[in-house]
Amino acid sequence: MTTDSALKVRGLWKIFGPKAERLIGTPDAALSRKDLQAKSGHVIGVRDVSFDVAPGEVFVVMGLSGSGKSTLVRLLTRLIEPTAGSVHLDGIDLTGMDENALREVRRRKVSMVFQHFGLLPHRKVIDNVGFGLEVRGEGKTARRVRAQDMIDLVGLSGYEQNFPDQLSGGMQQRVGLARALAGDPAVLMFDEPFSALDPLIRRDMQKEVIRLHHEVGKTMVFITHDLDEALKLGDRILIMRDGEIVQIGPPDEIIAAPADDYVKDFVADVNKSHVLTLRWVMRPPDSPDEGVGAPTLPQSTIVREAARTVLAHQGVVRVVDADDKFVGVVDDEDILRVVVAEQDA
Amino acid sequence: MTSHSQRSDGPRRQSDGNAPEASRDGQAGQAGARVRFVRRGRAEDAPPLRDDPAPRWQPALLILLLWFLVWMATKGSDTLALQGRDQTGIMHALNDFRDSMLRGRDTNPVMRLSGTIADGFRGLVAWLQRLISIPAAPRPVPEIGWLGVTVVATWIGYAVANWRIALLVLGTFVSYGAFGYWSDSMDLLIIVGISVLVCVLIGVPLGILAGTSRRANAVIEPVLDLLQTMPTFVYLLPIVLFFGIGSASAVVATVLYAAPPLIRIAAHGIRSVPPTMLEVGQSLGQTRAQQLRKIQIPMAKRTIIVGLNQTTMAALSMATIASFVDGPGLGKPVLAGLRINDVGTALIPGLLIVATAIMLDRATTAASERADVIARGGGLPARVHRGILLGGAVVTLGALYLSRLMFWAAQFTDHGWGRRLAEVTDHAVDSATAAMSPITSGIKDGISYAFLNPLQDFIAESPWWLAFAGIAALAFVLGGWRALAPAVVCLAGMRALGEWHNAMITLAMTLVATVMCMALAVVIGVAMARRGSVDLAIRPILDAGQTIPAFVYLVPVLALFGPSRFTGIVAALAYAAPVSIKLVADGVKGVSATTMEAARASGASRMQQIRLVQLPMARSALVLATNQGLLFVLAMAVIAGMVGAGALGYEVVLGSSRSEEWGKGAAAGMTIVLLGILLDRIARRAAGPAPEGTRWFPVLRRRGH
Ligand SMILES: Nc1ncnc2c1ncn2[C@@H]1O[C@H](COP(=O)(O)OP(=O)(O)OP(=O)(O)O)[C@@H](O)[C@H]1O
Ligand SMILES: [Mg+2]
Repeated sequence: MTTDSALKVRGLWKIFGPKAERLIGTPDAALSRKDLQAKSGHVIGVRDVSFDVAPGEVFVVMGLSGSGKSTLVRLLTRLIEPTAGSVHLDGIDLTGMDENALREVRRRKVSMVFQHFGLLPHRKVIDNVGFGLEVRGEGKTARRVRAQDMIDLVGLSGYEQNFPDQLSGGMQQRVGLARALAGDPAVLMFDEPFSALDPLIRRDMQKEVIRLHHEVGKTMVFITHDLDEALKLGDRILIMRDGEIVQIGPPDEIIAAPADDYVKDFVADVNKSHVLTLRWVMRPPDSPDEGVGAPTLPQSTIVREAARTVLAHQGVVRVVDADDKFVGVVDDEDILRVVVAEQDA
Repeated sequence: MTSHSQRSDGPRRQSDGNAPEASRDGQAGQAGARVRFVRRGRAEDAPPLRDDPAPRWQPALLILLLWFLVWMATKGSDTLALQGRDQTGIMHALNDFRDSMLRGRDTNPVMRLSGTIADGFRGLVAWLQRLISIPAAPRPVPEIGWLGVTVVATWIGYAVANWRIALLVLGTFVSYGAFGYWSDSMDLLIIVGISVLVCVLIGVPLGILAGTSRRANAVIEPVLDLLQTMPTFVYLLPIVLFFGIGSASAVVATVLYAAPPLIRIAAHGIRSVPPTMLEVGQSLGQTRAQQLRKIQIPMAKRTIIVGLNQTTMAALSMATIASFVDGPGLGKPVLAGLRINDVGTALIPGLLIVATAIMLDRATTAASERADVIARGGGLPARVHRGILLGGAVVTLGALYLSRLMFWAAQFTDHGWGRRLAEVTDHAVDSATAAMSPITSGIKDGISYAFLNPLQDFIAESPWWLAFAGIAALAFVLGGWRALAPAVVCLAGMRALGEWHNAMITLAMTLVATVMCMALAVVIGVAMARRGSVDLAIRPILDAGQTIPAFVYLVPVLALFGPSRFTGIVAALAYAAPVSIKLVADGVKGVSATTMEAARASGASRMQQIRLVQLPMARSALVLATNQGLLFVLAMAVIAGMVGAGALGYEVVLGSSRSEEWGKGAAAGMTIVLLGILLDRIARRAAGPAPEGTRWFPVLRRRGH
């Protein structure tokens, strides 16, 4: 996974303040964010973060406001200069790159969708979508054709000649999405793209991202502070607090095995039955042939979807792993525990 | 104690309110304000409670009392009043300096450069004058007659704005001719046109530079500050030295006066492009040049156009004032009328200046609005519009042809309307002033005897050392060391320049005018803030007041009050009050609705709400209004010098037109600058930390003269 990862991040730090570089490696760098700020006025934005993102993966970063999500995503393309650490994108080291090479990477390999859309108010939709292409010097007709394709892709056909302020928030963000896709980048970064939208539109847009991901299959780094969104979209989720990684894992693992109380609080209100898989509720079999003849379910089945089968069957249901190996059993009670706990919450 | 903590909270909260930008900046600004606050307490070396502004008045009163006692014993001695046209050593030295500069006209590189520039401008103005304003020998009339010019201007009005503007232009141009001021009007437009062009050529690039580069801004900003705080008149003297009397000086002075707002606003426009927009560009890998061209300039365009409107209005204002240095234009007949206190003569060209101001203001505003509509694909169908333009062009060509061929179309037939109207108005004004004279002279005498004369006696009749010590001591108790140091430097400079007595007279006038201005500003400003209907009724009047060139104010004021110091005060008041009123109104309006609700909920009466909540919370706006009021009053004090306000203003006016008085005028000019700095520093320190960077902005809408 490390060799062919779309994004490889190692020991990434960002400390805001005049003498940030000198702090790395000193005992001060180990201080808590609050203590360091009180002591030297430096603010820790991101502290010693390492992770990998596989090609085609949707990698979600989440945390409360101020936890350093925006800072992290900007470090990944050096919109903010890292204080220490390295970032490899598609195998290329961004950290040592000069201005021109970096610009080339931003033009071709990675693009970003912003929280407040970041549309240029003086340009029509079509010219906003084609902006990245214009920046990298493509001709007007090529630009228009490509932009039109992207507009069709995000479902905005007919609005090409409108100005951004004539569109609703959701439509504006579709333009942002189209702009990011227009350059055909390897990696897409989203910084809380939907938090300025109302819940219904937000759900639409999440579906849209899932659809686009199916259609274009890009690697995505997705920032959010909305757990439902994270669970819905993420192949894996990184949870941050005060600039540090608290936990990385797939959604069901985050729910079932929160790394600490912070994460536990975070996930307390979630619809567990929608996320948890049988893997997290099954118990090891008493004997290799327990429940022989009962229905069999893969361990990646989500509890809610397993419920019908399990409840309809008297006694235990067998659970198998990806290789069809018998790994555990679940019964009515295991399922009900998840569902009832949720209703109590 | 509660009042203390409430007050010391004031500026901090204000600075919060002033920094709605990114929370990051907000934090920095907040911390900064707090630090400054602490430092002030320490600077005064006073126990914490003395930080409360109120007790500072006690030592101030004590100083005034002492000053008064000494004054009783010594008044009239050592006042340094100059007899007649006496000049001091430094004035002779300034004259000598001027003479040596003039002698070196052909050798001194600076003088040669300025001479070349002056020749260029003079040539350009003369060429344009022959084109549209004065006879172009051997023709008895200009190359293009009035009909041609009028139709071309109307056509341009339609092309850049709309038919309503076209009609306005037509009406204005016809009245130029009908009242017999065709050439003067054309001259004014020529000077304004050239100046605005130069302003744009210099100002837009400089503004963009200042907006994008912190380092460039650090150089440009203080220069603009200096240019904008200096009373207009003061730069006429050095300009005359370098560019000679006449049209070249008029253009240079106008550019120096009118370019700063454009530079400032352009820089502000560039700077206020949201950082996210820049980030968007960066994330797509754009270069700095692309960022400037594709994001910053397009997004700042509207702001820059607002700046252009400001610059045009400022240029008009200064171009009229430039008649003091023999600049061509409508200012000349106004000035001639004022010189002989003949309101009738001054009134018509004055009104034409106002008409020009309205025309230019409306036209530039409408043009920018139309540009917006067009950019968004609105407006008439392109084909229709083009058709009308084309038809207009044909008519225009016809008119041009006629105006070259036919005498009636080349030169406005003089029906004598202008003269007759002048006589009629003169009559009307005479009888009106006679009718109102009991009231006006009542006001005039009341204020003169109750405030102005005693204050002037007190300040100007003190021996110079007493006034010096008194002002310095007041500066110290009101503003601490940081006010004392500049105060002493300014006072010493004023003493050295030899215009001490006049400076003290001007100071007395300025103080009276500023106090009146602030009284008006608070009463009207609070009323506007509390009642939307009052605001709606008054704001257009204030806007209009700020659009009219300063110079023109003098005409009606002179008619009402005759030549006297009081006339100067009223003119200064008329000039400064709109700005101060608006600042106070906006500041009070800025007090949050929740706070007001809380005050009402706790049962505060209307007066209590104003006194305990709105005014204290709008404190930084009040400080700003006072500061602006002071500067505007001082600027007007100079111009008012020629309608009987006398003192420093008179010396400057004289110096700008009479060669042998140049040194004296220059000394008086510098004294005014020092006086301005002195008052500004004391007021600012006395009021505590003023919000930085807000100084010029709220006055943006119109900055008349
Ligand atoms: N330029 C900067 N200078 C100083 N501190 C900064 C700067 N940028 C961010 N910070 C600090 O770094 C921390 C992380 O900020 P960041 O914007 O990354 O948070 P976030 O997780 O994106 O929050 P939100 O959900 O509100 O967007 C915050 O405490 C912030 O104050
Ligand atoms: Mg963020």
